[in-house]
Amino acid sequence: MTQVLRLTQKQPVSPRITRFRFEHPEGRSLPVFSGGAHVMVTMRDGEVLRRNAYSLISDPQDSSGYEIAVQREDQGRGGSNFLHEKAQPGMMLQIGAPVNLFGLNLTARKHLMIAGGVGITPFLSQLHEVVRLHAPFELHLAIRSRNELPALAIPDAAQVHVSDEGSRMNLTEILSTQPLGTHLYVCGSARMIEGVLTEASALGWPKDALHSEEFLAPAPGVPFEVNCARSDKTLTVGAHQSLLEALEAAGIDTPWLCRGGACGQCETDILACDGEIEHHDHWLDPAEHCSKIMPCVSRFRGALLTIDR
Amino acid sequence: MTISVPDTVFASRPRHAPLQARPCASALMIADEAGSAALLSLAKLAPELMPRSTILICSGSDATAAIRDLQPARLVEIGARTELPAALRGLLAEARMGLQAYIAGAEDLIDQAVAVLQTAGLPPGAIQTERRGSPARRMQCVHCKAITEGVTSDPYCCPGCSRSLYVRDHFSRRLGAYQGVCVDAETPGIVPEAQEISQ
Repeated sequence: MTQVLRLTQKQPVSPRITRFRFEHPEGRSLPVFSGGAHVMVTMRDGEVLRRNAYSLISDPQDSSGYEIAVQREDQGRGGSNFLHEKAQPGMMLQIGAPVNLFGLNLTARKHLMIAGGVGITPFLSQLHEVVRLHAPFELHLAIRSRNELPALAIPDAAQVHVSDEGSRMNLTEILSTQPLGTHLYVCGSARMIEGVLTEASALGWPKDALHSEEFLAPAPGVPFEVNCARSDKTLTVGAHQSLLEALEAAGIDTPWLCRGGACGQCETDILACDGEIEHHDHWLDPAEHCSKIMPCVSRFRGALLTIDR
Repeated sequence: MTISVPDTVFASRPRHAPLQARPCASALMIADEAGSAALLSLAKLAPELMPRSTILICSGSDATAAIRDLQPARLVEIGARTELPAALRGLLAEARMGLQAYIAGAEDLIDQAVAVLQTAGLPPGAIQTERRGSPARRMQCVHCKAITEGVTSDPYCCPGCSRSLYVRDHFSRRLGAYQGVCVDAETPGIVPEAQEISQ
């Protein structure tokens, strides 16, 4: 489900992060959501259709509008730049219904949240829920320098670690002092998530208490050809295009939800492969790497790829 | 016709598997006499766990001497199974995430220990179980809620309400008990002959 909403506020909150607010053009209520949910923002940028997922940062129970915070990625594919440079209040944008792949586990006794930089965003909506539930929480935010601290509703109880000031996060200590029943949530760069999850596992935290979210942008790569057996078409995927985008451009229907390698919706069977799949997703089990591909983020390099689309 | 149940389908019955050493900040091992052998095997595979381990032995036995030789950080012995919940809660009071639990022994010991651990907040992913010894089950009567320890025959007579109860695989993780239901509800008085529970 997608609705066309009006951009009503655009406000810089740090040198690279801007807050955007969207409302229904006729003032109607929007569906409420749950903490940690994201929306897919579709942008018509000239000839290019861009779709980026952003975490909602507003109160999940507030149906008067949706707010997101977007960091400008100059090396990115252009979605965040479009929002920073071209999107202006009054503009209408397609905003998908909220989807949550990073919800709070409500059986947790305590919520331990670890954010790196703009990775604070999913926690901002979760915090509304945590406060409403009177659930104990601990929030750590790691940033490089003080001026990166975004002017967003970060609670006073948050522990801010600024690497420029030498106040780095002591992960081992944080992970060693949590009461039984604590669930850990981490959102930030791939490297940070990997670091936190590896340390937690080494310290005996079971997988069912660990949650992470990283939105992957499809990595660019070498153009490649793909045969779509069911539609009987052969496509070329461009260097800066994802396989999913190429399928859509060719009118081949492929389900999707997160477009970031996390939700599993676009999972596609491989029928023939002579070459190497570059798997970039967080979804497939390594045992499935020979038989499936996630077209939203993964690519191919080799002589022949035939997929069941 | 054989009906095969795919592994992905939720199974009500708890599954047990040989204990495997996992990385952890601390370990809590719980065993009865038969289960002690499983702890000895685990210690042989991962002796480095022992200095971080608290071992709780239920119904002290000859095996305790061998367990003591493993030199765990702490060894707690309790006499009767009825002391298990209180003893466990005491050990868990100061526990932190990073604790991995290893439980070995009779079905009913495992089920009761798992329920106490989960109530204390330990996630299921941090609990391993290996059945050694008796398949005796903890049963809850769904009618009068009486819990009967050590049920070894099916059906059995509920000591709470005297109904004959059918021993099913429907398991309550919250209670750590199987759910027994009246076996002759449709045919009052016609109770099948009791059979030994074999697994």
